[in-house]
Amino acid sequence: MGHHHHIEVTSTKPYEFTRKNRMIAGVMMIIGLLAIIAQFATHHEQTWSNLLMNNFMFMGMALCATFFLAVQYVAEVGWSAVIKRPLEAMGQSLPVAGGIMIVIIALGGHHLYHWMDAELFDPKSPKYDEIIAGKSGFLNPTFFWIRVVAYFVIWTYFAKLFRKNSMLSDEGDGVGYWRKNRAAAAKFLVLFAVTESTMSWDFVMSVDTHWFSTLFAWYTFSGIFVTSIAALVFTVTYLKSKGYLPEVTEHHLHDIGKFMFAFSIFWTYLWFSQFMLIWYSNIPEEITYFMLRQDHYRGLWLASFFINFITPFVILMTRDAKRKLYLLMGMSIVVFIGHWIDTYVMIIPGSMITAGHHAAEGAAHVAEHGEAAISIGSIGLMEIGTTIGFIGLFMYLVQHYLSKSPLVAKNHPMMEESLHHAI
Amino acid sequence: MSASPKKFVYGIFNDDEVVLNAIGSLRKKGLKVKDVISPFPIHGLDNELGLDRTRISICAFLYGMTGMSLALLMIWYMNIFDWPMDIGGKPSYAFYKNLPAFIPVTFESTVLCAAHGMVITFLLRSKLLPGVEPNVIHPRMADDHFVMAIQIKDDSEIANVEAQLKSAGAVEFINK
Repeated sequence: MGHHHHIEVTSTKPYEFTRKNRMIAGVMMIIGLLAIIAQFATHHEQTWSNLLMNNFMFMGMALCATFFLAVQYVAEVGWSAVIKRPLEAMGQSLPVAGGIMIVIIALGGHHLYHWMDAELFDPKSPKYDEIIAGKSGFLNPTFFWIRVVAYFVIWTYFAKLFRKNSMLSDEGDGVGYWRKNRAAAAKFLVLFAVTESTMSWDFVMSVDTHWFSTLFAWYTFSGIFVTSIAALVFTVTYLKSKGYLPEVTEHHLHDIGKFMFAFSIFWTYLWFSQFMLIWYSNIPEEITYFMLRQDHYRGLWLASFFINFITPFVILMTRDAKRKLYLLMGMSIVVFIGHWIDTYVMIIPGSMITAGHHAAEGAAHVAEHGEAAISIGSIGLMEIGTTIGFIGLFMYLVQHYLSKSPLVAKNHPMMEESLHHAI
Repeated sequence: MSASPKKFVYGIFNDDEVVLNAIGSLRKKGLKVKDVISPFPIHGLDNELGLDRTRISICAFLYGMTGMSLALLMIWYMNIFDWPMDIGGKPSYAFYKNLPAFIPVTFESTVLCAAHGMVITFLLRSKLLPGVEPNVIHPRMADDHFVMAIQIKDDSEIANVEAQLKSAGAVEFINK
């Protein structure tokens, strides 16, 4: 066939996790650790909130990488075969994120989640809260911990299984292991649909315990998914910039760039849908959520909307932009920063009120300060340091797992299609 | 003073791979392959023919901007200027303060204008409007056959072009 020449897989070697990169990731983790220790040492009110929001992003990137990988199997996607190893590597952070999440909530849950105060459910207590007591069927510690453990067990099991089968396929039977992964992916996606929804209520929405939004799970999903795509774009463009993954052409970059563009708009759609309905109906139990954010976090609240919508929309609109390696890499950083701010605005305002109450009670200041004064989150060296630590941890884990297997699954049944991918 | 109409020899193929491979080989022999008409998209055809990328996306952007501007103008006139509305129990009567309520209409209008604009532009550009006599070169060109158009200067070239087309895999020839 004249012009259809055969392309060989050339990435048969793993990624080399150099000393320099280990150092960089290590230093970032140390900075993070120092920031966290400094926060504890100074009785900084925001420590637990910072840990929760950063670990939630870290967990979300690993979770949605696994979700995206499962979609590739179930939809029998051909083009993405050359970028599956980075996705597999990203998913391996799930058990670490799970461990950190359990430690954060076990030790600091009372600073984060108002509903963890047992007195709220006791009708005889002066702190009895009828609205929160009405949610006790779902928001009670026993059921909560069962759910949290179940999430991480399920997610880790599938993230490890997809990678294991993919690695075994390198030995020869590409089709057989691909079929196993397709069957597992179908099961995972059903479980993901349920666990992602309830996880977003557990970890994020229950921070503002009185408040609820029926599309919160979708909104959370769109945010962590586009962050995960940004992390994928960064990983792939970084590998290419270092001469790895010659199989990934501008056509593949165009496709992952399209995902980043499209899901930025999807996020905007859900952000706006949630905001507009609450803004329009203007009923007290719903509008408090946005009043808190408009009154005390106006700059960040608006910044997250504009950075996450306008920047990708304008810059990634053209075909050419999505095919330029360093432009895509830069945009992945912008999207990450934008969604960091979004996660901040989702979690910090609510959790800081709980943390403030908790600190005030500990110091028996309630009578003096009353309910009027609320704690407001800040962004300073400690917040940024914590985030640098989590980025370092994620970078370390992804590079570690990339260095354990060849960068392309050579026996993938759709490899030929992926190598010839042209759009 | 009108230029003489362009003359073409049309080679009819019955296989998409054959027609795709014929483009390069016929051009190497000096034939002017101008276009290929196919009942379905052939992967790599635009590239092989050396066609410019479509500009329909630029049209879509401009139509979308038009739709957005028209919608905002309409809403401003109706709900702010001509008959100020109390929107969502917030009687601000200010355009920018009521903007969230206007976004869905603006979005729909943007999409409506972009989509219809693209379709109408495409139909105009392809001369496919209702009532236009369709230019059917071969009765099976919208079914399972492929038409390759080769431009010639005069009728003396027909025999040579047909022989070349035949060797490249064409099954029929038409000259108009």
